[in-house]
Amino acid sequence: MTINTLSQDGVQRQQMPCLTKMERMIISMQDPDMGIKLRNQRLLITVIPHAMTEALHIGQLFVKYGYIYPLKEPRNLILKADDSPYRFQTPYYWMSTRWPASELDYAIYLAKKNIRKQGELIEYEKECYNALHKRINHTWDFVVMQAREQLRASKQRRKADRIVLECQEQAYWLVNRPPVSTAHYPPSKRYVKYCEQYQPHDPIMQGCLPSNPWITDDIMFWNMHSETVAVPTKLRVERWSFSFMELLNDSMGRKEFLTYLEKEFSAENLCFWQACEDVRHGETSKIPEKVDEVYKQFLAPGASRWVNIDSKTMEKTLEGLKRPHRFVLDDAQMHIYFLMKKDSYPRYLKSELYKNLLARAIVPQETKKSVFPFMRRQRHSSPSPALATQIGEDDGKGKNSNSVKSNSGTASRL
Amino acid sequence: MGEMEQLRKEAESLKDDITAARKAVQDLTLQDHVAGTAVVGRVQLKTRKTLRGHLAKIYAMHWGTDSKLCVSASQDGKLIVWDSYTTNKVHAIPLKSSWVMTCSYAPSGNMVACGGLDNMCSIYNLKGKDGNVKVMRELAAHTGYLSCCRFLNDNEIITSSGDCTCVLWDIETGSQKTVFAGHLGDCMSLGVAPDFNTFISGACDFTAKLWDIRDGQCRQTFGGHESDINAIGFFPNGNAVITGSDDASCKLYDLRSDQELITYQDSSIMCGVTSIAPSLSGRLILAGYDDFNCNIWDSLKAERVGVLSGHDNRVSCIGVTPDGMACCTGSWDSFLKIWN
Repeated sequence: MTINTLSQDGVQRQQMPCLTKMERMIISMQDPDMGIKLRNQRLLITVIPHAMTEALHIGQLFVKYGYIYPLKEPRNLILKADDSPYRFQTPYYWMSTRWPASELDYAIYLAKKNIRKQGELIEYEKECYNALHKRINHTWDFVVMQAREQLRASKQRRKADRIVLECQEQAYWLVNRPPVSTAHYPPSKRYVKYCEQYQPHDPIMQGCLPSNPWITDDIMFWNMHSETVAVPTKLRVERWSFSFMELLNDSMGRKEFLTYLEKEFSAENLCFWQACEDVRHGETSKIPEKVDEVYKQFLAPGASRWVNIDSKTMEKTLEGLKRPHRFVLDDAQMHIYFLMKKDSYPRYLKSELYKNLLARAIVPQETKKSVFPFMRRQRHSSPSPALATQIGEDDGKGKNSNSVKSNSGTASRL
Repeated sequence: MGEMEQLRKEAESLKDDITAARKAVQDLTLQDHVAGTAVVGRVQLKTRKTLRGHLAKIYAMHWGTDSKLCVSASQDGKLIVWDSYTTNKVHAIPLKSSWVMTCSYAPSGNMVACGGLDNMCSIYNLKGKDGNVKVMRELAAHTGYLSCCRFLNDNEIITSSGDCTCVLWDIETGSQKTVFAGHLGDCMSLGVAPDFNTFISGACDFTAKLWDIRDGQCRQTFGGHESDINAIGFFPNGNAVITGSDDASCKLYDLRSDQELITYQDSSIMCGVTSIAPSLSGRLILAGYDDFNCNIWDSLKAERVGVLSGHDNRVSCIGVTPDGMACCTGSWDSFLKIWN
C-alpha cells in the first residue's frame, strides 16, 4: 500500500479536501486485508481490540487532527516512533463532521470526569469547568443530571467497550478543546469553520442552482425547495448533517427523522419535543389544556407514548404541572432533545434511510439567464420622463424590472 | 476635585490596558486562523427591484419568513406589506400615528406590528375573517418611544424603547410579562437569537446586552463602542453579536469568550451606521450608513468588499431574506431596493 505524502502547505489549513484525503487514507489503513497490522492489546484481564503499533510520518498529522490517538500518554498528542500503541478514532468524532463542539457538551463531559474520578481534572480543565459553571450556571442542574445519566448508561456496557468509548471521547475533547493559555484561545477559528461550511448555501456569496429567481425571473428554485417537494436537493439534505437544529428546522427533515425513529420505536421522543414546542410558542390561554394533554400522552405512568426521562427531572416537571406555565416542560424537553441529539441523530445520519435520500437527492441544472430576442411589452404606461433618472439600474432586463414576469423558456413576438 | 481627576485618569489607563490586552489576543488568533481562508473578492450586487409607493421617509422594514413578503413603515403614516418579487402591494395599512419608527413581521405571517413616538406597539391581524386588516392589540406601557419590536411567535413580542427598557408582552392579554431593565440609555434596537431563548439589545449607553427571555436576567454586557448603538443583530450561528454605531464602526462580539472580536471601520467612513444584517453564511455583513450608502464587509478579514449605492438619502433599514437570496434596503428617499 502506498502512502502519498501530503504537501506541508496543504496540511496547515484545515480545509475539507485535505481532511477527505486523510480520511480516505485512514479508511484504507483499517482495511482488514491490505491495511496496517493490528494487534490486540492486553490490559490486565481485559483484551482491547485494534491497537496499532506501526507509525508513519503522516501519522503525526493523523494524531494532531484526532484520527488516531495515543493510549499510553493521551494528553501528549504526538506520534512516537516506537512501540507505543495507538488506536483509530471512531468516524463519529472525525473532524469532517464539523459538529459544533458546544459548551453544553463540553460541560457534560467535564462533569462526567469530575464525578467519575473525584476531582481528577487537570489544571486547565478545572479552569474551563469553573468558567463554564459560572457562565451557564442556570442550566447546571441539567448538566450534572445528563452527566450522571450518561455514566449510568455506560456502566451497562462491557468493560472493554466502555474503556474504548471513554478513550474516544477523551481524545475528541483533547483535540477540540486543547489546553491553551488564554492568549491562544481561538474563538475566530469557529467562525472560519462556520462560514466555510455554509458558504455553498449562501446565494449572495456563491449563487444558487438552478438560478437566483431575482436575477433570472425563474422561480424554479423556490419550487424545488418547497416543503412538500417529492425529491429534495442535495444541498438541502446535506445541511441536515450540519447540526441537529438544522434537521429539526426543516419540516421535511423532521418528517424523515420521524420515519427513522418509528423504525427504532422511539418516535415518541420527537413527538414529545414537538408538543413541548407547541406549548412554548402557542396561545397562553391554551397552555393548561395542552400541558394536560402532554402529561396524559407522554408523562403519566402507563402513558401510550411514554418518554424516558430521569426521575429527578420527572419529579420536578410533575411538581410544576400543578401550576402550568409556558416553560413548565422546558427541563423535560431539553432532556429528550439531548437524548435524541446524542443518540438517535448520529445514527440517523449513518442510516440507510438518510444515505438513500442523499443519493436520490438532485443537483439542479443551471438555467442561464436567457436573452429574449423579442421583449414583451409592458402592461402599464411607460414611465414619465421625470422618473427617467431612476431607471437603468438593472442590466439587460431594463423594461421588465417592474412588469409582470415573463414565463421562462418562452419568447413572445411583439 | 484633585481626587476625581486622579480616579478618572486611573480609569482611563485601565481602559487602555484592557484594550491593549484584548488587541494582543485578537492579533494572534485572527491572523492565525483567517490567513488561510480564501479571499472574498469584490462583491457587486445590483438592484433587482425597486418598491415605490411610500410618500415619505422609510424608517423600518422586516422580511417575512417566506423570503418574498416584507413589511415597511414610513412616516407618511402607512405600513405597506409588499410581495417584493412582483412589487405588488399586498396590504397598505393606515396608521393612527404617523410617527412610526419600527415594524415587524410575525414568523407565521399572520400579523405585523409597528410603533414609534406614540410609545405603543400596535399589532395588526393580516388574516382577519373579512379580509380587512385591523388593529388587534395596542400594547401600551412604555414611557418612551418604541424603537424596535420583534415577534417571538403569534403570542409574544419583544419591544425596545426610549425609556431604556425592553419588554416581553403577551399579545392575547396585552400585558407585560417581563421587563428587561438595565440599560442606562435609550434602547435603540433588538435582535432575537435563532433558538428563541435569548435576545440582544443595543442602546444609547454605548453597550449591547444579552438577555435571557425566560428569567429576565441580563447575561452579558458588551462595551467598546464610543457612541450610540443604532443597530444590532445575531451572527447566523447564534454565538456572536454584530452591532452598528454612530461612531462609524461595526463590531462583532463573541458570546462564549465574552469579548469583542473584530471591528469593522475605515478612516474614510465618518458617518454613523443605521442598520446591519449578515448574509446567510455570515461571511458578509451588510451595513447601512448615514452617507446614503451601504457597505459590505468581509466579516472574517474585516475588509470592505463592496458598496450598495443607489439611494438618494440616508439608508435607514436593511434586511437579508431568511433564505439568503437577496437583501432589501429602505431609505429616507422613500424607496425600498432589493439587491443581489
